[in-house]
Amino acid sequence: MKIVVCIKQVPERDARLRIALDGKSVDTTGVATEINESDQYALEAGLRLAEGAGGEVVALLLGPDQAEEAIRRALAMGAARAIHLNDAAFQDGDASATAKALAAAARQEAPDLVLTGLQSDDAGWSQTGVLLAERLGWPSATLIMEIEQPADGRIKVKRELESGWFQWITLPLPAVLTIQSGIYPVRYATLKGIMGAKKKEMKKLGPLDLGLDPGEVGAAGRRVELHRLYVPVKTAQAEILGGDVATATAALVDRLQKEAKVL
Amino acid sequence: MGAIWAVTQTEKGEAKGISFETIAAGQKLAAALGKPLEAVVLGAGVRGAAEKVAVRKVERVRLIDVPKLDPYTPDPYTAALQQAIEAEKPDFVLFPHTYQVRDWVPRLAAALDAGFVSDVVDFRAEGGEPVFVRQPYQGKLNADYVFAGTGLRLVSFQAGAFLADDAAKGDSAAEIVEQAVDLSGVEVRTQVLDTFQEVENKVDLSRADVIVAVGRGIGKQENLGLIEELAAALGGQLAASRPVCDNEWLPMDRQIGSSGQTVAPRLYLAVGISGAIQHLVGMKNSGTIVAINKDANAPIFSVADYGIVGDLFEVVPALTAKVREARGA
Ligand SMILES: Cc1cc2nc3c(=O)[nH]c(=O)nc-3n(C[C@H](O)[C@H](O)[C@H](O)COP(=O)(O)OP(=O)(O)OC[C@H]3O[C@@H](n4cnc5c(N)ncnc54)[C@H](O)[C@@H]3O)c2cc1C
Ligand SMILES: Nc1ncnc2c1ncn2[C@@H]1O[C@H](COP(=O)(O)O)[C@@H](O)[C@H]1O
Repeated sequence: MKIVVCIKQVPERDARLRIALDGKSVDTTGVATEINESDQYALEAGLRLAEGAGGEVVALLLGPDQAEEAIRRALAMGAARAIHLNDAAFQDGDASATAKALAAAARQEAPDLVLTGLQSDDAGWSQTGVLLAERLGWPSATLIMEIEQPADGRIKVKRELESGWFQWITLPLPAVLTIQSGIYPVRYATLKGIMGAKKKEMKKLGPLDLGLDPGEVGAAGRRVELHRLYVPVKTAQAEILGGDVATATAALVDRLQKEAKVL
Repeated sequence: MGAIWAVTQTEKGEAKGISFETIAAGQKLAAALGKPLEAVVLGAGVRGAAEKVAVRKVERVRLIDVPKLDPYTPDPYTAALQQAIEAEKPDFVLFPHTYQVRDWVPRLAAALDAGFVSDVVDFRAEGGEPVFVRQPYQGKLNADYVFAGTGLRLVSFQAGAFLADDAAKGDSAAEIVEQAVDLSGVEVRTQVLDTFQEVENKVDLSRADVIVAVGRGIGKQENLGLIEELAAALGGQLAASRPVCDNEWLPMDRQIGSSGQTVAPRLYLAVGISGAIQHLVGMKNSGTIVAINKDANAPIFSVADYGIVGDLFEVVPALTAKVREARGA
């Protein structure tokens, strides 16, 4: 079985975010990054499937040179090889433009399964996986919490619904699944994995390699445009209890007793 | 001039409550742009839902009632709305940002090559053009989005961004028109086997008076003792954000949020929790909310009544001691 897993590089969780001078993006210089959280789970799910059935996991990422770090990590975790969509024409796309490029790359690989994360921690569209499924003409299922080994050309998966409900469904292969965080515990890269990653293939592709016109990807291919990125004005402001720890905690207990009357 | 459509999500023949939030948003957008608002109700056996929706102030309700739309699967949903859109050519189609919408509306966007701004919290009109506000980076930043080009525009609204109660009623019920679609040629590739609730929650946090919830800021499972002691001192229950349960540091039945439990205790203490929307929907109606977080800009502080900005490993033990003192324990 061949599985393509889409991974995105995003700023680390607790990273301090500074808005760039253009007012439309985050200044990434010196910001630590990681593989998007649900993509780490997608990678884990892909590796388990490939280990169970025999086969390979191909990591697929669209992003600049710096994103090589995320690719190396995916290779160290166990992906067999990687495809890096890296070209100035891919920059600043929306979900639609990014999905177009990812779909073209996935089509060339002709896998049985494409896995994506449910949602990116930076843009947060929760669209890309399903967009690329439609571009490929394949069925898709979202919010996946369990996957069984395929049988007879179909795959059985458990979807998370709202308020504690779940659903078992099947769909024919090839298909796209978007993986929800928590599906399986994510493995760590071993030292051996990290060493081995250096020898693995990392193919760098641009739009022409995918048979795409540079004018239909990245900023040029956008359907929606970001005009301004800014720090939100807080609506209801909490009363911040300052001072040293002793003062702040004493003030909090006092508020809880006298104002909120909950202690 | 095309209309604005507000699409209702139905469940067991009923319109889901969040659909009325979409209608409220639609009424506001219709007023700002001077376009008519229509509601679309799709599902199987959903005329009753359409009648409830028709009470709200909309030009008309378009009813797409086809057996193939039950149970929900993405293929017939996409085909049904695509046909309706191609026939009627609305300018905007609005949705609630539910799990179901995430599952099929991007497919519709790709099929129609339309722009889709998802998870919107607000909008305003600037020179006749609507500007949609989203909260990327886990709610840490705001972003203004506009549509490029003139094609069809799809928008989904975050739960709670607009209030269902603000969806004004009309003077009389709106007409319900049956929107003809032909799904006979549509192959339903997804097969639904079973829809179920996971075994009953062992702990019912909705009854708790005091909840101490812990987030990823706790770092590792071994550190949880700190939070347990605070919960014990307060006589409260222990709860968690999703990553804590994903990492199996605490069982799933302690999770608060859109995929966990919804609670409204008298006192909710959020420790090392950033305050992502999926967590907030599960606890924002709590009486008094206290946040302890080292990041002064964490979104949790915008729903909290009291906050301490600091390292939880220093703040929590000190707080536990102060609480014990106050309660004379
Ligand atoms: C479809 C969907 C459903 C979801 N359902 C849920 C749900 O039901 N419940 C839920 O909670 N989430 C849910 N999520 C996930 C949600 O989006 C967030 O990722 C999650 O809530 C973040 O958890 P957190 O705040 O614990 O972690 P983080 O966002 O990583 O925040 C950790 C916080 O701890 C602080 N911190 C770190 N170290 C310290 C320290 N030493 N002292 C003090 N503070 C510290 C940091 O400043 C940070 O603010 C869902 C997501 C999706 C897409
Ligand atoms: N630039 C990218 N490169 C690789 N995968 C991506 C990229 N952008 C989005 N994805 C995938 O699509 C998922 C959903 O992203 P989004 O639609 O932005 O919420 C992510 O979790 C990734 O798996």
